[in-house]
Formats: sequence, structure tokens, C-alpha cells
Amino acid sequence: MADVLARPVAARSRHGWLTRIDPRFRVVAAVAFAVVAVALSSITALVAAMALALALMGAARLPAGPTLKRMAAVDGFIILLVLMLPFTTPGVAAFSIGPLVASWAGIWTAVEIALTANAVILALMALVGTLEPVVMGHALHALRCPERLVQLLMFTIRYLSVLHDEYLRMRAAMRARGFRPATTRHTLRSYGYLVGMMLVRAIERSERILGAMKCRGFAGRFPMLETFRAGRADWIFAAGSALALLGLGGIGWVDAAL
Amino acid sequence: MPLFDLRDIHFAYPGRGEVLKGASLVLEDGERLAITGHNGAGKSTLLRIMVGLLRPDAGTVTAFGQERASEADFVPVRRSAGLVFQDPDDQLFCPTVAEDVAFGPLNLGQSRDEAMAQVDSVLTLLDLMYLRDRITHKLSGGEKRLVTLAAVLAMSPQVLLLDEPTNALDEENEARLVEILEGLPQAMVIVSHDPHFRSRLATRTLRMQDGVLSDPAPKCRHAGG
Repeated sequence: MADVLARPVAARSRHGWLTRIDPRFRVVAAVAFAVVAVALSSITALVAAMALALALMGAARLPAGPTLKRMAAVDGFIILLVLMLPFTTPGVAAFSIGPLVASWAGIWTAVEIALTANAVILALMALVGTLEPVVMGHALHALRCPERLVQLLMFTIRYLSVLHDEYLRMRAAMRARGFRPATTRHTLRSYGYLVGMMLVRAIERSERILGAMKCRGFAGRFPMLETFRAGRADWIFAAGSALALLGLGGIGWVDAAL
Repeated sequence: MPLFDLRDIHFAYPGRGEVLKGASLVLEDGERLAITGHNGAGKSTLLRIMVGLLRPDAGTVTAFGQERASEADFVPVRRSAGLVFQDPDDQLFCPTVAEDVAFGPLNLGQSRDEAMAQVDSVLTLLDLMYLRDRITHKLSGGEKRLVTLAAVLAMSPQVLLLDEPTNALDEENEARLVEILEGLPQAMVIVSHDPHFRSRLATRTLRMQDGVLSDPAPKCRHAGG
């Protein structure tokens, strides 16, 4: 009975084998992968890490097209850095555009950063992104993450859609009275009211929620119902992940020694 | 001994005029008391005062035979008097239905297994077992309302305080709610604008006007009940 709760909604069997692995193991594996990938500085090892991330994507049966597109979206944050690095790092000249000279050292650093970022994002999407948010909250709680942070996450999951609906209702009400955004003071002021009203309503709602919680005997502690049970497949996954990460480290070490 | 005895309650929200100006109310066991009145007349305020979420500026609240004044006094009151909020989204804050219904029983110190057994028995009573593992914010309006009722019933209260329970319910869900409430043994205070809902359930009606509660003078033959 209790383990029905452990897997709220997310049908664990619909996707690849990776999605059937215990959420706690997946969170830990994702963090470990990120730490190792960030520590690596050998291009060979990073290419191997990228290959591993792609394999994870396959194991989670994520659709390749949209997933890689989302991964590329994250590159937006580092694109400037990656483009600038070759021209700002001193070293042997590779090519030049006008007065700007790109160095080999800079190019390799840029490739390294791009590979690291993309491999970590991809692994994160495969391992953690496939978790139902609620399940992730439970997994973090089971991993002894600070209770306050888990509660914040859970409340965010719960009330994001309520606040979003409220926002949409207010937007619809504005449009119903002929509001069309333009670059005018009126528009800015109206948006100001909208944001302010959202904040006021959110605070009032939070007070009502606290009242409702007190009515049901809330005394500052959150009882969480979750039971994760690690099976053989989970431990095999853990061992496999550890080996793969050691392998990556090994490649990096050998590469550095050569 | 009445379950609730409120005497001469005065209350004002900060920066606004007095909402309650000497409201009094007695709730006896087995009663289903309906309260009507205009928007903003102070009906919800009164329910909040009954469970100590708001403190009156003057007047006394006696619940289950004892006068209640401090936060500590009201903790046991909230266990025995279940308030069902007007907006279900205020009340359903746990991610899943089972967790939300179990929240009260766990706070009362029940073990996990006891709480889960309680969840199952309440959900079975209300015929809601099919919602057990659903995510609360993905429920429909009618489902949310029934789950909030289940969450309150899970604490086995002696009294139910219902704040506009038919708000945003369609006819079918309202009929279902009436049927469920008719079958419950608890005494109730029902705040409702809906005359037909009141006439189906209420054993007595009070009207909130100008900050006091009084017996209503029926204006049309459909009113009262």
C-alpha cells in the first residue's frame, strides 16, 4: 500500500530502463557525474563523458531531437564565453579575423567548457529531468536534503500553477477591457499593478494556507510519505555508474600523464 | 452542553470598520446550522474566530465546554472542529491526494500505517478511492472540493465548519456533496448563499446582518429552511 505513494503518477514502466531506477540513485548519479565532468580537463575524457551522457539519454528513451534542442538552449548562456575565449587567451595563433587573433589554447579551452556544460546538462535531463517534480522532492528528502529547501520545492510545485492561473486570469481580464501592451506609461503602470497584485494575492494566499494547515494540526514539521526501496537493479545501476565515472577519471589521468 | 457558544463577538480587520458587532451563536450537538448574509458580512470571519485563526476584539468563544482565548487553547479545538475553506486551493497543499488527506492524522500523532488506513477509510466513505494517488493541483474543481472534505473528515472531527462549500460546483457535484453531508453524523455550521442547498441540509438558519446574527424573517417562500 505504502509504495503506491512512493511512485506518484509517474508511470515508471512506460519509458526506458533508466526511468525505473530508484530516484535517489539517479539524483546521486547525476550529481556525481557533474562533479567528475567539471573536474575533467582532458578533451578525450570529455568526449567520453559526452558519449556517456548520450547513452543515458538513450537509456531514458528521451526523444533525441527535442532533447538535444533543449540542451542547445542552455548553450545560449555560455555562447558568448565560448566565442570570446579563443581571442582572449594568449598562445600559439591558430587563425585571425582582421586584427583579432585566435589561439589554439583558447580554442581548446572553449571546446572543453562547451563539452563539459553540454554533457552535464544532458546527463541531468536523462537522470533527473525524467522524474516527476513531486518524486524529485521526495527523493531529495530521502537523501536528507535540508527540510526547509524540500518544503520550498514542494510548495513551489504545488502553487506554481495556481499563481500562473491567477496571472492568466488577470491578463485575460485586462485584455477583456481593451488593454493592449505598447511602449507607454499606461502599459508600464498596468504591468506594475499586475505584478503588485500578484504579490499581494500570493501573500494573502500563503496566510490562508497557513491557516488551513494550522486547522489540521500543523506544528512546524512536515510529515512526508515516501518509501523508496532499492532493488538489485538499482545497486547494479549504482555500481555501473561508479565504474563509468572511474573510467572517465582514468581516461583523464592517462591523458594528462601522456 | 453546547458544542460552541460564542457570546457578543466583536471583530475588526486592521484599517477597516468593525465587521462583527456583537455576534452570538450557539451550536448544539446534531444541529446543522446555516448562516446566510451579504458578501463581506463577516460569515467567514466568524468561522475563523471559531477555530482561533482570528481572535475577537471583544466577546468570548466557548468550545466543547471550555472558554478559549490563547493559541494553545485552540489547538485541540481545531482537532474537533474541521474547517473546510472556501477555496480548495488554500487547503490542498500537499502534492498528492493521499498525502494531503494523511496530513491531519499524521499531525495528530498517528503512525504512517494508521494514517494510511484512515486515508483509505475516508476516501472509501466518500467514494473517492480513484483519486488517491492523483496530484492535487491537477484535480477538477469538484474533485478538489470533495478531497478537502475528505482531508478534514480524516481527523474525525465532531463538528464541520463549511465555508461556501458549493462555490464553483456544478449541479451534479453539488448534489453529490449534499448527499455526502446528509449522511454524516457531525454537527455542522454551513455558510452558504445557495437557498436550495441550505433548505436540503439546514436544521436551523441564522442571518448575519450589520455584524450580528439573528433569526431571518423570510422574505420569499423559498428562503429559510
